[in-house]
Amino acid sequence: MSENTAQKPEHSVLPSQRAAFELKGSLFTLTIFHLYDADIALIEQHLLEKIAQAPGFFRHAPVVIDLNSLSDPVDFTALAALLRRHQLIPVGIRHGSEDQCAAALSADLPLLPKQRTVQRTDMPAEAEAPQKSTGSLARTRVYTKPVRSGQQLHALDGDLIIIGTVSGGAEVLAAGNIHVYGSLRGRALAGAYGDTQARIFCASLEAELVSIAGNYRVLEKPRDIAKLHQAVQIYLENEHLIIRPLT
Amino acid sequence: MARVIVVTSGKGGVGKTTTSASFAAGLAQRDFKTVVVDFDVGLRNLDLIMGCERRVVYDFVNVINGEANLNQALIKDKRLNNLYILPASQTRDKEALTHEGVEAVIGELKQRFDYIVCDSPAGIEHGAHIAMYFADDALITTNPEVSSVRDSDRILGLIASRSRRAIHDEEPVQELLVLTRYSPERVERGDMLALDDVLEILGIPLLGVIPESQSVLLASNEGVPVIMNERSDAGSAYGDMVARYLGEDRPHRFLTNERKNLFQRLFKR
Repeated sequence: MSENTAQKPEHSVLPSQRAAFELKGSLFTLTIFHLYDADIALIEQHLLEKIAQAPGFFRHAPVVIDLNSLSDPVDFTALAALLRRHQLIPVGIRHGSEDQCAAALSADLPLLPKQRTVQRTDMPAEAEAPQKSTGSLARTRVYTKPVRSGQQLHALDGDLIIIGTVSGGAEVLAAGNIHVYGSLRGRALAGAYGDTQARIFCASLEAELVSIAGNYRVLEKPRDIAKLHQAVQIYLENEHLIIRPLT
Repeated sequence: MARVIVVTSGKGGVGKTTTSASFAAGLAQRDFKTVVVDFDVGLRNLDLIMGCERRVVYDFVNVINGEANLNQALIKDKRLNNLYILPASQTRDKEALTHEGVEAVIGELKQRFDYIVCDSPAGIEHGAHIAMYFADDALITTNPEVSSVRDSDRILGLIASRSRRAIHDEEPVQELLVLTRYSPERVERGDMLALDDVLEILGIPLLGVIPESQSVLLASNEGVPVIMNERSDAGSAYGDMVARYLGEDRPHRFLTNERKNLFQRLFKR
């Protein structure tokens, strides 16, 4: 979603006097906002969902609006206002049609150069399809040794089952559920791709940090400490992490 | 069949060199041909603990670089017939220990000795990695406190993933715990982790518990491996440890705070 945008360097410094400023070109990594629909209300709805998944990530992020997949006229004034309202900063557009470019310029959005190899970006077939639907087909990784301090163990296709302890300073991460048949002392991150249905199970909770779909918690509050050294399951309910003893 | 044993810990100052010296001396006392190799290039200490610092002419790095042969670099212990020391170089750094060079030296030592004890440097970088790479057994030297235990855990992870046996998918390195500087009195007071806590975290078999003891410092200063002081608590604990390593069944001692009564104080130190 991001790529480099370059501008030509320009020098406008007179030799004999001290310059108040200097213009130079530089490369930046920017987030590209691929637009598939001109409906402002629909854009806002989807934007809210994205921001909810990773609130910090989008704050004050500069974005470039890409019109490669949209030929309809766009109300750029309304779109720019919408983005700013949600703390995104539109810095320009690219791949617009002639009419779109004119509309963007009149809304004070500059035109950025085209990507060198332009591919027609099609709508993602099922943008809404939740990843958990692959459930039983997803691959489960079973690990039968202790996970030591400093080790990272990933199961990016499905569940992770550990038969042994996860030491302090170790990190276990799975797209799906995490089961630890031993003490969980390190960090466990389930639902790494945002699956809010993922859960963490462990035989003895002593973790440094637990996270489900980006909702994390460090276990230092008295209510958490009360649950230490118990067999528990951890899951999300209304975006709150629930730690419940397995009895 | 020669066995290569690494004495390692991750953390520094926990007793790796003391353990290496006493373990090697203990094996030699039982008539096994034993060599103890100092991998701590640049911070050479083993020669001091073994009391042979004035006899170092050539070292491990000279042998690797072909500047000396093994016979020139090996120092024969004056007290024990079967014990040899291969000292580290003090003027070089760890990068001098090339993979091929160390492999060749260990290969040659295996032809001549029953046990090759590798004294690892602290850390998890190249020096510690090359020291454990060729090991068959690992003595994980740990103090009963949290940072030492975590560092030992880290080293165990590296041994399980990056040792030669792990990479070649052979039978894994035998990992054994040596808990050093143990003070039952301080455990009772809650100042120190108890043996069971350490075993719980690391989950490896216990080879020996060495009590915190004045005799260790005295022995180091004299250049005598503490195991040779059989009257000391630490020395006899190392003796038990060697016996256990060789398959003898010995109960663990020095685990509880035995308050001496007046009679014991008068007749036993």
